[in-house]
Amino acid sequence: MTKEKRQILIFLIFALALLITPFFLQGSYYLNVLVFIGIHTMLAVALNLLLGYAGQISLGHAAFFGLGAYISGILTTRFSLDPWLVIVLAAVCAATIAFVIGFPILKLKGHYLAMATLGFGIIIYIIFNETVSWTGGPSGLSGIPSLHIGSWIFDNDLYNYYLIWIITLAVMLLSINLSQSRIGRALRAIHDSEVAARVMGINARVLKVQIFTVSAFISAIAGSLYAHTMTFIAPASFGFNFSVELVTMVVVGGLGSIYGSFLGAAILTILPEFLRFFHDFDIIIYGLLLIIINMFMPGGLISGLQSLAEIAAAKMKGKTRGDA
Amino acid sequence: MLGGMLTFFFLVIFGLPLAPSIILAILISTIVGITFERLAIRPLKNAKPIRLIIITIGASIFMRGAAMLIWGKDTHALPAFSGNDPLYIAQATILPQHLWIFAITILIIIASRLFFNHSIIGKAMRACAYNAQVASLVGIDVKIMVMLSFAVSAAIGSMAGIIIAPLTMTSYDVGIMLGLKGFCAVIIGGMSSGLGTVLGGLLLGLLEALGAGFISASYKDAIAFIILLLILFFRPEGLFKKKETERV
Repeated sequence: MTKEKRQILIFLIFALALLITPFFLQGSYYLNVLVFIGIHTMLAVALNLLLGYAGQISLGHAAFFGLGAYISGILTTRFSLDPWLVIVLAAVCAATIAFVIGFPILKLKGHYLAMATLGFGIIIYIIFNETVSWTGGPSGLSGIPSLHIGSWIFDNDLYNYYLIWIITLAVMLLSINLSQSRIGRALRAIHDSEVAARVMGINARVLKVQIFTVSAFISAIAGSLYAHTMTFIAPASFGFNFSVELVTMVVVGGLGSIYGSFLGAAILTILPEFLRFFHDFDIIIYGLLLIIINMFMPGGLISGLQSLAEIAAAKMKGKTRGDA
Repeated sequence: MLGGMLTFFFLVIFGLPLAPSIILAILISTIVGITFERLAIRPLKNAKPIRLIIITIGASIFMRGAAMLIWGKDTHALPAFSGNDPLYIAQATILPQHLWIFAITILIIIASRLFFNHSIIGKAMRACAYNAQVASLVGIDVKIMVMLSFAVSAAIGSMAGIIIAPLTMTSYDVGIMLGLKGFCAVIIGGMSSGLGTVLGGLLLGLLEALGAGFISASYKDAIAFIILLLILFFRPEGLFKKKETERV
């Protein structure tokens, strides 16, 4: 089987598994968790394009998520615009902002880049909190309408599940395609050495901004979907901590691995549910996870598991050969 | 944060007097800094910068979380070092704590300037920052220097946390905003330029206060970050520093 065929097969199995999962689940709680995993996967994939492929850190990605959510929330509740139209509008809006700030921000490197994106995130967060007449301030914005197609309203968990996951799967498919295209290879070249990439004729500056814009676009869509499925949003969901959580998801799952992002998102969404009784412990665990995974499994869990499997396979092979 | 909270801890829980509490707090913060370097940074000496950045972020979140668990979420006020009676100097009202902050800041600036420009260790440290490989060629122990720099910055950081705690109170999450603003000041002034950093800090404080007065107090923190972004966009090398060319 060729590599491409195998990849298509893996994706199809993955997609099928997700689409039939609801039939095995009882009660809405698990569906709800899975809806969150879907939204987080979308965000993690978006950040992974930037962090894992192009090697550019962003500590302000929650801001794009928030922009999507708030633009959707405000335009649908105060101006009663069509939600689908607003989702596109919000995504274009966030992408435009990313494009404009992308040029000066992505010139920076290392800690400077981390600080600048973090600063951007905090500014947006403060704006959400302070423009009370628009956003409802710290107490949040409620009454955001659910999405609907004709008279079919996405207001129960099962519908939301399919809505979110079909879009998430589309995002994943696009990202996998993107990462294996010429652009994906160029991004990895920038990751390894920007200078070398430029010497080879890659327009690193423009490419970094483009991937930043794409990443913001996807994050904003995730934000809009979040607003419409939750019907309530508050600034606390879009702060610095959430940006860190997103980076943790990407790192835990594996830099530069789309399925890794899904794994990271799943783990970091489920983990707090288990840690309920140790309320507030989660932030320590995120910190520890970031340190430990980075030190011992720089490729994240996905490649960690892969190399374990390879070692096991090699041992098996050695054994059979020894027997013969 | 660690400085302020540790001082509070020794002072109130153990009932130690102020001076030994402060010294102990600085010592422990320094040890924490060194441990962090030893455990998490040194094993990854040759890692890509993005991993180091993620690790430092992870460590700061971890320490914040640990402090929250140990000391709870309440804010604590340290007593001022020498009373709370305001002084009146030429019609301006100043708390004694302000004077302490000024004095200690100036002391630290002078000390660090002397250290980096006139002592062998300080010069060696700068050499490492400039080019670690060449530094090790001329016989500088880069590992020790990196560790020392973590120790020094942890010590000064905790000192700052301690002297400001009587004014702003201290809690598990003061560190992050202060740390970020510290970084703002450094970037405004320009990396590894002592005087620049001080001017940067002053400028940041002034602009923030003016912005809070003229625009809105609730946007005070946003102003700091807008300034940060503007500086990063237009003069990433800092306001007071000559441009350096980067070699590959």
